[in-house]
Amino acid sequence: MFTSTTFASILPEILVLVVGLLLLVIEPFWKEEQRRNVGWLTAGGLLIAMIISLLFGQPGEPTTTLGGMVRFDWLGFFFKQLFMFAGAATALLLMDNEKVGHRGEAYLLLLASLIGMNLMAASADLIMLYLAIETTSIPLYVLSGFMLADEKSTEAGFKYLLFGALTSTIMLYGFSLIFGFAGTTDLYQLAALFASDDLSPFVAFGVLALVVVGLGFKVSVVPFHFWAPDVYEGAPTPVAGFLSTASKAAGFAVLVRLFFVIFPDPNVDLARGWAMTFAIIAAITMTVGNLLALPQTNIKRLIAFSSVSHAGYAMIGVVALSQLGAASVVFYLAAYILTNLLAFGIVMAFSRVTGLDDLKDYAGMSRRSPWLGLMLLAAFLSLAGMPPFGGFVAKVVVFAAGIQAGYAWLVIIGIINSVIGVYYYLNAIKYVYLYRMPEQDEENHPLPMTRPYVIALAVLAIGVILIGTVFAPWFSWSDAAALNLF
Amino acid sequence: MNFPVLSVITFTPVVAAVLILLLPANRKNETRAVALAAAVFALILSFWVYFNYDQAAAGYQFMERYNWLPALGISLYFGVDGMSTPLVLLTGVVMFTGVLISWGDDDKHVMAGIQDRPREFFAFLFILAAGVFGVFVSLDLFMLFFFYEIAVFPMYLLIAIWGWAVTREYAAMKLTLYLFIGSVISLVGVLAMYWVAGQNTGVFTFDMLEMEKAGFSQTFQNLWFLPVFLGFAVLGGIWPFHNWSPDGHVAAPTAVSMFHAGVLMKLGAFAALRVGIMLLPQGAQTWQWLIMLFAGVAVVYGAYIAFVQKDLKYMIGFSSVSHMGLVMLGFSTLNRVGLTGAGLQMFSHGVMTALFFAITGMIYDRSHTRQIPELGGMSKIMPFATTGFIIGGLVSMGMPGFSGFIAEFPIFMGVWGAQWLVAVIASISIVITAAYIMRNIRQVFFGELPEKLEGHMTDVTVLDKVAITTLCLFMIIIGLFPGFMVPMVEKGVENILRLLGGA
Amino acid sequence: MNFIDAHLLSLILFVPAVAAVIILFLPDGENRLFRWFALGTSLIPLVLSLMVWFRFEASQPGFQFEESYVWYEAIGSSFHLGVDGLSLTMVLLTTLLTPLAILASFSINDRVKPYMMLFLFLETGMLGVFMALDLLIFFVFWEVGLVPMYFLINQWGSANRNYASLKFLIYTMGGSLGLLLAIQLLGVLFGTFDLITLYERWNSLGAGDMLLGMSAGTVKTIAFWAFAIAFAIKVPIWPFHTWLPDAHTEAPTAGSMILAGVLLKLGAYGFLRLILPLYPAEAKIFAGALALLATAAIVFGALASYAQTDFKRLVAYSSVNHMGFVVLGIAAAAFAAGTNDATIALNGAILQMFNHGLSAAGMFFLVGVIYERTHTRNLEEFGGLFPLVPVYGGILIFTSMASLGLPGLNGFISEFLVVRGSWPILTAYTAISMLGLLFTGAYILKGIKKVLHGPLNEHWAHGEHQLTEINTREILVMVPLMALILWIGIWPAWILDVINKAVVTLF
Repeated sequence: MFTSTTFASILPEILVLVVGLLLLVIEPFWKEEQRRNVGWLTAGGLLIAMIISLLFGQPGEPTTTLGGMVRFDWLGFFFKQLFMFAGAATALLLMDNEKVGHRGEAYLLLLASLIGMNLMAASADLIMLYLAIETTSIPLYVLSGFMLADEKSTEAGFKYLLFGALTSTIMLYGFSLIFGFAGTTDLYQLAALFASDDLSPFVAFGVLALVVVGLGFKVSVVPFHFWAPDVYEGAPTPVAGFLSTASKAAGFAVLVRLFFVIFPDPNVDLARGWAMTFAIIAAITMTVGNLLALPQTNIKRLIAFSSVSHAGYAMIGVVALSQLGAASVVFYLAAYILTNLLAFGIVMAFSRVTGLDDLKDYAGMSRRSPWLGLMLLAAFLSLAGMPPFGGFVAKVVVFAAGIQAGYAWLVIIGIINSVIGVYYYLNAIKYVYLYRMPEQDEENHPLPMTRPYVIALAVLAIGVILIGTVFAPWFSWSDAAALNLF
Repeated sequence: MNFPVLSVITFTPVVAAVLILLLPANRKNETRAVALAAAVFALILSFWVYFNYDQAAAGYQFMERYNWLPALGISLYFGVDGMSTPLVLLTGVVMFTGVLISWGDDDKHVMAGIQDRPREFFAFLFILAAGVFGVFVSLDLFMLFFFYEIAVFPMYLLIAIWGWAVTREYAAMKLTLYLFIGSVISLVGVLAMYWVAGQNTGVFTFDMLEMEKAGFSQTFQNLWFLPVFLGFAVLGGIWPFHNWSPDGHVAAPTAVSMFHAGVLMKLGAFAALRVGIMLLPQGAQTWQWLIMLFAGVAVVYGAYIAFVQKDLKYMIGFSSVSHMGLVMLGFSTLNRVGLTGAGLQMFSHGVMTALFFAITGMIYDRSHTRQIPELGGMSKIMPFATTGFIIGGLVSMGMPGFSGFIAEFPIFMGVWGAQWLVAVIASISIVITAAYIMRNIRQVFFGELPEKLEGHMTDVTVLDKVAITTLCLFMIIIGLFPGFMVPMVEKGVENILRLLGGA
Repeated sequence: MNFIDAHLLSLILFVPAVAAVIILFLPDGENRLFRWFALGTSLIPLVLSLMVWFRFEASQPGFQFEESYVWYEAIGSSFHLGVDGLSLTMVLLTTLLTPLAILASFSINDRVKPYMMLFLFLETGMLGVFMALDLLIFFVFWEVGLVPMYFLINQWGSANRNYASLKFLIYTMGGSLGLLLAIQLLGVLFGTFDLITLYERWNSLGAGDMLLGMSAGTVKTIAFWAFAIAFAIKVPIWPFHTWLPDAHTEAPTAGSMILAGVLLKLGAYGFLRLILPLYPAEAKIFAGALALLATAAIVFGALASYAQTDFKRLVAYSSVNHMGFVVLGIAAAAFAAGTNDATIALNGAILQMFNHGLSAAGMFFLVGVIYERTHTRNLEEFGGLFPLVPVYGGILIFTSMASLGLPGLNGFISEFLVVRGSWPILTAYTAISMLGLLFTGAYILKGIKKVLHGPLNEHWAHGEHQLTEINTREILVMVPLMALILWIGIWPAWILDVINKAVVTLF
């Protein structure tokens, strides 16, 4: 039962658990002022966990362990590394957010959610999947509403909870129906059910539709995106960053695994039907996200809507239902995680000093802190899809997959949306670089950053540039991950 | 020679940009010094490449190849041929003179050059330069596009932050969106080419030399030539997609205008040639008439609109539309003489327009007006710059003895060979150009100095004079000794003709 | 010495340009240095062209002193120079008039340095046209001559110079546009611009051959008109002449000397060197029209001259009148190529080119002399100046007589030859031209009368406006001209021989 492979398959989760336990134990011994060091501990612990699992936990041939619950392959592994990295960065960014970062519970919730995400990426069984999703979401509900004194935060948490609960219920119903028809909860045997003619197309479609409701909520595509802007705006900014990146990526991991496994042959009618459905969803998501981002004056809401649209872009890879499609989705998410975390991190750094979130408050930011300005430039240009940043390569690969699969119309919509995106990202950059403060005395209003911020933002920025320039290693990992699905 | 000269040339500006960003913000002179050193270094290397290009051997030389993403067939693949070597030299020259022109002086009261945040200015400018170099030397389609995009977005920042306050935001946004749209249209075409080439040959690669043998069908080429060519040609300022250019020129600070008209527009034309014509030759032949039509209109229309301008920079901007139209016209002939002329015109116009914008900037910095009716008598104050502008004007008119003639003459000869009517109509632009150039030279440089400007005007600096001399020297040398550049361009053209089937 | 011998023509051509560049680097403000340096270096081409003249073998057909260098191989153009009797005459004229014009410019004090540089560049441009045996080089130097003249008029001219200079530039460029297109056409068709090659191959084309989708005949006609219009503007042939009065009048004195003396001859030279040999058939067809226009130039030019009150403008229109004779001779030669009469007419035309160069330069200079002193060119404001300035008066009468065509002076010889040659060929036109001759006499005499004779205009007799006599430098300018005028008038054989032999072999 407990072979080394089994152990290796859940090594990351075990390590994260260890870190969490360590936190639990150590934290009470620290005085109030030192509480923020929990963040260092979390980040450091996660980093060590990443290294150990990279050294000892690399998957070989894809296998299913733990009684068919967990799938040990590159897809899951790659995502787990990403999640842990995101978690480490978030921990660092949380540290100097007084209301949240000075309480150890926040980090614990983060780690709990992280474990859930890891399991989501590796689930091979419907029940495991549901458990993982809930494990992910519940801590995040709490984290969103962590700032009890803040109305917006409470509203965010509540909204997230309600939406999440509703959609996961629907998804659970879908899972149960699948179990009913297939007689098994093993993901890898569901392909047989959908390939056969036992189910009428209508039913097959409907069952999967229910599942998509839940997953669509997680990745915040239209029409399940309504919670995103409000929750991102209201939640503590690092949490919003974590939500918009890791949580979304986890949802995509599930989506990719589920659909690529259920439809190994993309030419089956049902597969085509779903591909088209996803294509339409992607198209609408991109457009709605971008169009709603255009008039935004609050930077958090702007990034929120932009995140919605990015889910649409990533979806194009899912539509492709090919190896390149899967690889491109994974690559896209990697680049996106780094970029969005960077963006939210900068917003956090700024509002920590100024307490302001509106675009117009960013006027002259590049003079107040040239490096912060440059990093915002990098983040937004990456989101816009400009080289030499990760977003460029990511978009090209996703579009390439789309064209290869014959969805040229979708790619064209994606391109048009990219252009719209360029407009509002440049607009934001304009405030940072072009406009000046009312008194033009930016030297008197510097933006000091604490060490955790410097480290986190620097690493993220370098990562964004690295993914955009030296992209071979990242892409080969994404490709390896995709390969496992076939 | 195993020294990776092309990658050094391409990445020198990047390294310089990073170094400059690391300098403290108040060290303006050190910033400028680093920038100048990098520019001189790149210039020396580009001269080296130019003079060491073996014209007898022809073909692509100084090649370097590094596998980048083998899974998708992407590699860092550099090489130059007879067409791109002069353009590399051009970029080096414009970069060098651009840095000289931007040399602000903090102590003098004259608001010349860049004085506000030179650090960021040079950093962004150099990233732009790296992108430009990269496009000219890339033999991998993905990397060509990568560098192309890198050359686009810094323009937004450079214009929006340091440009003319009245229109800079509008012009910068318009320019960026226009260019971005153009480039993504080409991207779709490029990706389509990638797929079909892979299906035809069994090997998926972005290697352009391989793609030349990809065997695209006639239908495919007919369908995709226009998006690819026009998408890149937008940056080349082809009519009717030229609208971003004049506003962009006017709003941009001097060095950026020099780069924009002198080099960036050549980037678009070159990419259109390299990807559109060379990789989709049958498509080019099908659509030749349309390109010739657009180009012909650009030549005459641009000249005419330049004629009616009252703003000196708008005049030069529209004149650039006209001269780039000549480049496109040369491309559209698809014959040896026309293509040779187009290659020469890219260099000649690049140098000439850089000179124009440089001197216009010198005038504007001192007089704070670009309105021709409000200027006058500049020859008394800045005689050196006046001579430079007159030489530039003569080049613009295609006056023999200068590079403009050497470039424009073969273009017209080529057009005669293809479609004589277009040659006749396009030649009208020569007279219009002569008229507005001469008229505006007289108005701005001769005559009386307006009262408002008395006491405000000073002569140009030593650095300015170095820049002017450098640019003029090229125009005169090529004009008198065409052998300096023509044979090299011809070699490059031979390669294109081979792909066109010996047309 | 060997080097000089082997490169006579290129030296003649480039010494002025090199001298101009040297002037650029001379220290500022040294006006005397500029003047004398320019004068000295402009004498070098004169000496060299005399050397060429004396070594020229008139009886040998074809071009001599040929030099050919690789230049713009890619399009088939080489730097090919050479002279025959026709072009040598023009070269001599140019190298003679330029030093005289520079000497005449010694009185200019404003920005002497660029002035001298432009003059020398201009000389190179004009010489290049005459010596070119490659169409592209021909065009290059044709254009090179334009810009210096534009600036000379624009910067050192009189009140209406802006308008005049721009009109000059645009008109001439418009004309050379057609020239450019036709030259490109020839280059495209034959892959070379070499004139000698083109002579052979162009004329060997049959009328029915297809070129560029049209018959060779059509192409030839189009090219003929392109060339013809370009040269017609330069000569200038009525009705393309309207740029001339303004340009000549507004230009500085020396500028007008060169304009009338040499630049107009470029147009006529173009007819002789390019149009007649390349398009004999078309030229014959349109010779009648050409003759008509020539006659119109002669008559209207004379009438217009007569009506002027501005002395300089009077002389300007006289150029139209005199050049009309050149064109009449060319038209006759076109119409009846190869006949004896045609030869005579052509001899007359070419000699007229040379002669008019001398007399027009002289006249403009003399107008300039009086203008510098009186600051007016209005004929009505002069009167009875002869007693005040007898030497000037004598020279003016002499030169005017040459212009009028008095037997014994050069004008008579050339005009006689033209009329003698054209009469059998184009009788009616020649007859009408005689009328023009009559009026030529009228305006010349009117001019002289207004200036020199009649009651003395007291204004110039006393005080600060007192007219000073012509000075030594100015006399020095006129002496060579007068000497040549007289010599050709009495014994024209030395030059007619060269011209005749060239004409006989060419046509």
